Amino acid sequence: MIPTSWFLILGAILFSLGVLGVLTRRNGITIFMSIELMVNAVNLTFIAYARELGSLHGLMWVFFIMAVAAAEAAVGLAIFIALYRHRETIDVDEANLMHW
Amino acid sequence: MANYSILLIAFLIVLSVPVLTIFLIAPLVRASRPSKVKLEPYECGVEPASVAFDHRFSVRYFLVAVLFIIFDVETIFLFPWAIRLEQLGWFGAIEMAIFIAILLVGYFYAWKRKVLTWV
Amino acid sequence: MTWADLLFLLPEIVLSIGGCLLLLAPVIGGRNNGVAAKWSMLLLLVATAAAIYVAAGAGIPSLALGTLFVADPFAVFFKLLFVVVIAMITLLSAEFLEDGRYSAWEYYSLMAFALCGMMFMASGTHLISIYVGLELLSLASYILAGYYKNETRSTEAAMKYFVLGATSSGILLYGMSLIYGACGSLHLEAISQAVATMAGNQALIIGVMLLGAGLCFKVAAVPFHVWTPDVYTGAPTPVTAFLSTASKVAAFAIFARIFYMGLHSLEPDWNSIIATVAALSMIVGNLAAVTQTNVKRMLAYSSIAHAGYALLGVLAMSEIGLQGVLIYMLVYAFANIGTWAMVMLLRRREYAGENVDDFDGLHKSAPLYAFAMVVFLLSLGGIPPTAGFIGKYYLFAAAISAGYAWLAVIAVLMSAVSMFYYFRLVVAMYLKDGAAADVIPSRQVRFIVIVCLIATLTLGILPERMIRGAARSIAPIVNLASR
Repeated sequence: MIPTSWFLILGAILFSLGVLGVLTRRNGITIFMSIELMVNAVNLTFIAYARELGSLHGLMWVFFIMAVAAAEAAVGLAIFIALYRHRETIDVDEANLMHW
Repeated sequence: MANYSILLIAFLIVLSVPVLTIFLIAPLVRASRPSKVKLEPYECGVEPASVAFDHRFSVRYFLVAVLFIIFDVETIFLFPWAIRLEQLGWFGAIEMAIFIAILLVGYFYAWKRKVLTWV
Repeated sequence: MTWADLLFLLPEIVLSIGGCLLLLAPVIGGRNNGVAAKWSMLLLLVATAAAIYVAAGAGIPSLALGTLFVADPFAVFFKLLFVVVIAMITLLSAEFLEDGRYSAWEYYSLMAFALCGMMFMASGTHLISIYVGLELLSLASYILAGYYKNETRSTEAAMKYFVLGATSSGILLYGMSLIYGACGSLHLEAISQAVATMAGNQALIIGVMLLGAGLCFKVAAVPFHVWTPDVYTGAPTPVTAFLSTASKVAAFAIFARIFYMGLHSLEPDWNSIIATVAALSMIVGNLAAVTQTNVKRMLAYSSIAHAGYALLGVLAMSEIGLQGVLIYMLVYAFANIGTWAMVMLLRRREYAGENVDDFDGLHKSAPLYAFAMVVFLLSLGGIPPTAGFIGKYYLFAAAISAGYAWLAVIAVLMSAVSMFYYFRLVVAMYLKDGAAADVIPSRQVRFIVIVCLIATLTLGILPERMIRGAARSIAPIVNLASR
């Protein structure tokens, strides 16, 4: 059996990649994909722990996280479309109407 | 381990059916009369507006995609319920009916707001 | 789950059904935007009745949905506060929506769902009910922030709020997953029992830090505050009032419950970090607010500073600290909504009426409103005899008695700084002549200003009932923490 720590390390790497993507990418959709990567890293961590602990709670979490992530995706895409209609771009650096 | 070899064989058989059909049998028996319409890329009955790589998709595709994501993923809650259908009994059935009713509210809203009609 | 559980969930059930009905109203014929606010108020009235019905039986252990949900006095306190706040925001929104460019029904439907989410947050005793409630609130907030979809500013605000909000949710979740691995459960009591025996567990500490970072984002504390000014400025003003009041109060409700119920025995591991966050929030929020000329932006920075003050109550980990958080939230809600109502009063076009100069000469044209604004600002600054003084008194006293005298000193100094920028508005209203002559308040705005004025003064002069109510509300959580 593959040790749990491997899954946890993979989860941590994916999560870090997601955070890195959010911090460095400028395209809205790519940022959103990075956020999804973070969420999926969380799912992986939950499943790994659920297997380790032999409890179903972690699996239940994954269901809820997936459902919430889907709703989040819908809202996020809608917002990006609305922004695109104004700006013809979803580059987040261009969203600079307000500063200081 | 021996018990599982049957799975491998079944898998190969199942795989061979479409492969043989598509690549071997169909070319032998079918007629080949290409025309302009037939060679067009398949786009759900919509006439292709341009070549794929510089084509901008209508925003309506996104609306449909958004609705699809929601209704597709929400159904994951049906699976655990279906597995424990008998233990959960009528209470579970009523709860699931409420859950689906809430989804239907969203569906009905999208329908009436004409998100589903293709302009 | 049994049928009896449904009684404890009554306010949430009412709001879910009501939210769906409000959503369906425009597609089955209701086009009249003016009526939407009335139906929304009716829904809130029913929800209030349901919350009071639950409150009447809240003395007994009232767990529902297994142990995911509790209707204790702490939850009931926040639920009633949420309903009042949302009712005031509904009234404030009516004027904004009645010109009919944007459908009012969906707006109030989203408000109802957000309120439902906040109620779940207040009642959640398991991180999953808290998380789902939080997401329900956040998703509704993202849409509300971008509700004026033809305004680029509103859409931009929604985008920023969404990107940062979703990221912070991801961080929060990762923290939860690590805590789950360390403790084996995410029920707050189980976490509390598990962490008591495992001080120094690395995964647990990282998990708590990530959870804390996510929560700090939701309450807009430094260094997770960058979204606040832009979102508050860009969002439609009633939505800004909603974000700065309802959503912040709800976030503090879970902040307090998670830390007091679940993580109190880990205090040595997180107190220095929360102390730093509180200090930074007070300093950065107040100093940045000084330089602002836009009132919405100034109030946004001020709300960052208020998050810093309220964190003192979480940090203190004492009865008086938790009581201070509750009192401060109540007091802050009234003063803040009153201030936002004043900003909306001065609105001339879509977003105008939000520069400091727009308050010039208000004293002459509308003396009552100028006076009300002064009271709200004094309350936000924490000057007696307004209610804000009581809230700050409790928080600062809690900080000192918990050994954070240096934080209390920073808090007092920064309150003085905050009076400087609040008084810029007072100076504008009383000492300058200006164009604020054309103030024609709608009935709703006038009503809200008067309600907030009376509440702020009454709670400041006669605070005993509020203090006793807060003391009763925290009893179940303090008992648990001292066990």
